[in-house]
Amino acid sequence: MSTTHLRATRADKDGLARRPWRGTVREYDLFKELTVALVVMGILTLGLSAVFGSPDEPSVTLKSWANAAPADFVATATAELGGTSETAGYGPPYNKTPDATQTIGPLDLQSFSGVQLPIDTANDLVIGPLTTLNSPPPELADWVGASDTQRSNWATAYSDALTKATDNDPANVATGAYGPVPVLTESLLTMAKQGALDGVLAAKDKYYNFDYTRGTLFLGDGAYFGDLATAQHLTGDQWGMMNETGNTPGQSWLWLFSFWYQVEPFVSAPNADLLVVLLMLLLSVLLTLVPFIPGLRDIPRWIPVHRLIWRDYYRRR
Amino acid sequence: MTLRENPPRESVPAHGTHGTTGTTGTTGTTGTHGTTGSTPEEADYHTWTGKARGWLLKRLPADKLLPEDQPSYVASWIYVFGMGAIVSLVFILASGAILGLNGPAWYHVSDLGHFVNSVHLWSVELFFMTTVVHLWGKYWMAAWRGGRTLTWITGMAAFLVSIVTAFTGYLLQTNFDSQWIAFEGKDALNAAGIGAWFNVANLGQIFMFHIILLPLAVGAVVALHVVLVRMHGVVPPLEADESDAQLQSGARHDSDAQHASGEAGR
Repeated sequence: MSTTHLRATRADKDGLARRPWRGTVREYDLFKELTVALVVMGILTLGLSAVFGSPDEPSVTLKSWANAAPADFVATATAELGGTSETAGYGPPYNKTPDATQTIGPLDLQSFSGVQLPIDTANDLVIGPLTTLNSPPPELADWVGASDTQRSNWATAYSDALTKATDNDPANVATGAYGPVPVLTESLLTMAKQGALDGVLAAKDKYYNFDYTRGTLFLGDGAYFGDLATAQHLTGDQWGMMNETGNTPGQSWLWLFSFWYQVEPFVSAPNADLLVVLLMLLLSVLLTLVPFIPGLRDIPRWIPVHRLIWRDYYRRR
Repeated sequence: MTLRENPPRESVPAHGTHGTTGTTGTTGTTGTHGTTGSTPEEADYHTWTGKARGWLLKRLPADKLLPEDQPSYVASWIYVFGMGAIVSLVFILASGAILGLNGPAWYHVSDLGHFVNSVHLWSVELFFMTTVVHLWGKYWMAAWRGGRTLTWITGMAAFLVSIVTAFTGYLLQTNFDSQWIAFEGKDALNAAGIGAWFNVANLGQIFMFHIILLPLAVGAVVALHVVLVRMHGVVPPLEADESDAQLQSGARHDSDAQHASGEAGR
């Protein structure tokens, strides 16, 4: 059969699909179906809700973090001071760190957005909150008066010392040239343990509070938050975006999005997020425009699942 | 299953008459339209409103909007999943409205609130289950045939917008899961350059997206999708042919009906 003939045959069949149906009909009651569906799905929904409920794992606070893992908190605060945390080196939309963005060749969407949510980790996450205390540590003046190089040297030296200390405990750190960093991080730890840091980071001298960006980034820079997520199988390499805490099903419809993060080349790609986002966009567009795409639109003709769906019709023809 | 001949239809209102009962095929004479011409195409509408009414009635007459019968091939369990998705959406909107009216912290401290939150969660799970089965069912039917391309596209749009809506719902849980999703989810959004305007750690922004903007978008797209389904009808089987028995009998009847309708129109 020639291609032209195939096309003509398909046009004829589509013509039949295009015009009003002139064949036999069966009775159909739209409102009755709606009512039955409401009852059936209602029973199903209420039943599942009553039996399985929904998870509600309490949120982590800076207070709970500081009390549960003080060494991790101090190490993270030190990294924020020294500008070596993940947030400090993130790039847009938080800061201008060079070469930090995810790109594909010349395509740099992350930089295109610009620094819309500026975060200076040392000032916004450590120094600023300490200045809100009734009695800020006097060592703040040493930090403010020091050069950038001096600050960086202090923070780097203290960070290294924490890594080498027994249990990474600040109490076990060897003597060194750390400047005001130990006092500042210890003061922030105390502030966090008392619960004051949560409010200060979220509200920033304001009464109302809608934005948790800084607190979330600070939590994520530490190891404690990620360890809790790993225990709940929520991290990216655990298909995390489609999981929920406990055994409740999560966003299972994100399975394909999560899948790409499990396989090469995405696993080891430094721009994995951008690659996966663009790939999913492409696949979504392809599925949306499938009626226009030869091959993809013909698969239902080649694999006759429709024979099962309309088996009653084919039996009667 | 009981099949019967396709009844005569007056799918467009004739001058001086309107109303057709699909099961009996009787035509009533119950009112006037205040226009001239025997069909909306022929009618002499004078105003934008009248022209809009004519346009709408031509494309979606009452017996298409609220049918009492369907083509005989509409006989499979696959057809119930679209209705299942719509009904799940009703439960989502109802439970979501209760949660929204009580604020995002309510369900943490109230047993009733926690149950309503569970209903919201499970209706979303059922919505996506039924939607996905509906979507793949329609794919294997090649349901975009015969001028139904926009129906397919709006269905896909409803699915994709629903995914974004559900994502913002997971961010609104105000518990550990939402904290982690906000932290991890930001990377993909920032890499795409939209993280500042769709800031997953900004509860106020996400709240607005989830309870107003995205539900309006889902509602609008789903409504358009359903209207298009009613306008175009259910797609006939692949390989359906004019020589099929189910078309032959109806075709004969249809020609009789056209003749009868023509008589009545005069």
